Amino acid sequence: MANEQDIYEEHVLDHYEDPFHRGPLDDATHADEGKNPLCGDVIQIALKLDDEGRIREAWFEGEGCVISQASASMLIEKVEGKTVDEVKDFSAEEMLELFGPKLTPNRQKCCLLSWRVLQSALHSPIDGEADADADAAGGSPRFGGPSLSEES
Amino acid sequence: MTFDPHQLRDDFPILRRTVASGQPLAYLDNAASTQRPQVVIDAMSDCYQNYYANVHRGIHTLSEESTAAYEAARVTTQHFLNARSSREIVFTAGTTAGINTVARSWGHANVGRGDVILVTIAEHHANIVPWHQLAEAVGCRVEFLPINQSGTIDDSVVAQALKTHRPKLFAFTATSNVLGTNFPAQSWTEMAHRSGAAVLVDAAQAAPHEVIDVQQWDADFVVFSGHKVCGPTGIGVLYAKLEHLEAMPAFLGGGGMIQTVTTEGFTATEPPEKFEAGTPPIAEAIGLAEALRYLQRVGLDNIRQHENALCQRADQALRQIEGVDVLGPMPDLKGGIVSFTMDRIHAHDIAQWLDTRGVAVRAGHHCAMPLHDVLGKTASARASFYLYNTVEEVDRFIEAVQEVRKKFASKGRRRRRPPVTNA
Repeated sequence: MANEQDIYEEHVLDHYEDPFHRGPLDDATHADEGKNPLCGDVIQIALKLDDEGRIREAWFEGEGCVISQASASMLIEKVEGKTVDEVKDFSAEEMLELFGPKLTPNRQKCCLLSWRVLQSALHSPIDGEADADADAAGGSPRFGGPSLSEES
Repeated sequence: MTFDPHQLRDDFPILRRTVASGQPLAYLDNAASTQRPQVVIDAMSDCYQNYYANVHRGIHTLSEESTAAYEAARVTTQHFLNARSSREIVFTAGTTAGINTVARSWGHANVGRGDVILVTIAEHHANIVPWHQLAEAVGCRVEFLPINQSGTIDDSVVAQALKTHRPKLFAFTATSNVLGTNFPAQSWTEMAHRSGAAVLVDAAQAAPHEVIDVQQWDADFVVFSGHKVCGPTGIGVLYAKLEHLEAMPAFLGGGGMIQTVTTEGFTATEPPEKFEAGTPPIAEAIGLAEALRYLQRVGLDNIRQHENALCQRADQALRQIEGVDVLGPMPDLKGGIVSFTMDRIHAHDIAQWLDTRGVAVRAGHHCAMPLHDVLGKTASARASFYLYNTVEEVDRFIEAVQEVRKKFASKGRRRRRPPVTNA
């Protein structure tokens, strides 16, 4: 079991206080929003994709706990410049690794919120329907973590 | 018996453990669920080890013994609530199941299109959603009583709502699970009855902490959960006046609730069995009865007094911490619950940091989203006290909250810039 104090190591708090690309993206081509009903975390992600399927720019906005917001900043910083295929291959496990400190299953949901929104944003062009890939995958990507249901 | 929480702690084996960080446990999440004394654990083990069998069915020694213990648990519960008859005590799966039973059975039989169910905005989802479901099914409306600035509801507001809406049912909590506010069950019931409404009191947060006399309250329905009174999970109590239970249709169909079954249909048995379809939670009922006896030995008045003292200490100390917003009324108007938020710090980060100090609190919306909406909060942190909590634990809690303030304060931190690449 990880020492929980490590969850708030300086690297994490740095991203929380000084996030990468937090704000609106005016000429976004793709965008989506997601919530974590357990804690009320909200993340919106906006992307600008070029014709070659590369993320030219990525921005996020949101509200919530340190983990949800700091992890979003880390993810957005990581994926700018990557191709859509590279981002689709970026797994939930890799996201947890990117964050760093070990998280309990409940807090993994906070960390994976931005990852989940990013994956669905790729399938959510701003003008038009969700593409066939997303529909075939059941609308939102799956991961092996606990369900994102309401707290009891 | 003198009341000494330090001595009572010895009755609860779990309180000896440490948490993941290695710190000793300060369990302040009692409004979510309480811990069990050894006598409750032993009573359930004794059942399983020595006399467990299905109840009301077998003609053999174990079934007779189990049935006797199960029915004795019902009588213990009857006395705990001062109900007129043990037939007014229905064992359910918990408070949620109790309220759903009333909504599905009494509700469907007595509530129709255009009727109103009146609740408060401070209800737990378990006392909101079943009424929303009833509304979907029969076309009634759910109306909410607002809280005032101090987290209470004036009697005049209740009186006005009863007059305006003429509800079929007034369903309210005796103690808010977020604000800790105590609502006056007896006087509100009297007001509701005068206006022709039936009354359901959600006593999930009251039964653990105060003497309940259902005859004095005179409510039509009272519900509570086993696991919040030091008893097992999976069991709760629905008290209802016998005339209601007799008139209400059976809700779940199955074994135990029938008199006869033919290929054409069935006839239901009498209450309370009519509402206990299927094999009931037998060992749980026995454990619950043991828990109720334990609380009565300790003394519910002693418990209440002790919790109020802890609540007052925590409430006062929290209000002195910069950036802390304590929800709900001052301690003299509430049970042993203190919910709070901190400026620019999410409740989950508060709870996570407190856990590093061994302090277990709840963070989230506590299954009360409508209340958090009107409070303008997405989530709050909640400390809730019980008989085994101590002044020292309250002080550890406060100290940890002060640390949270320092830990998450803005310090002008800068993220490490990624190395510049030549694209």
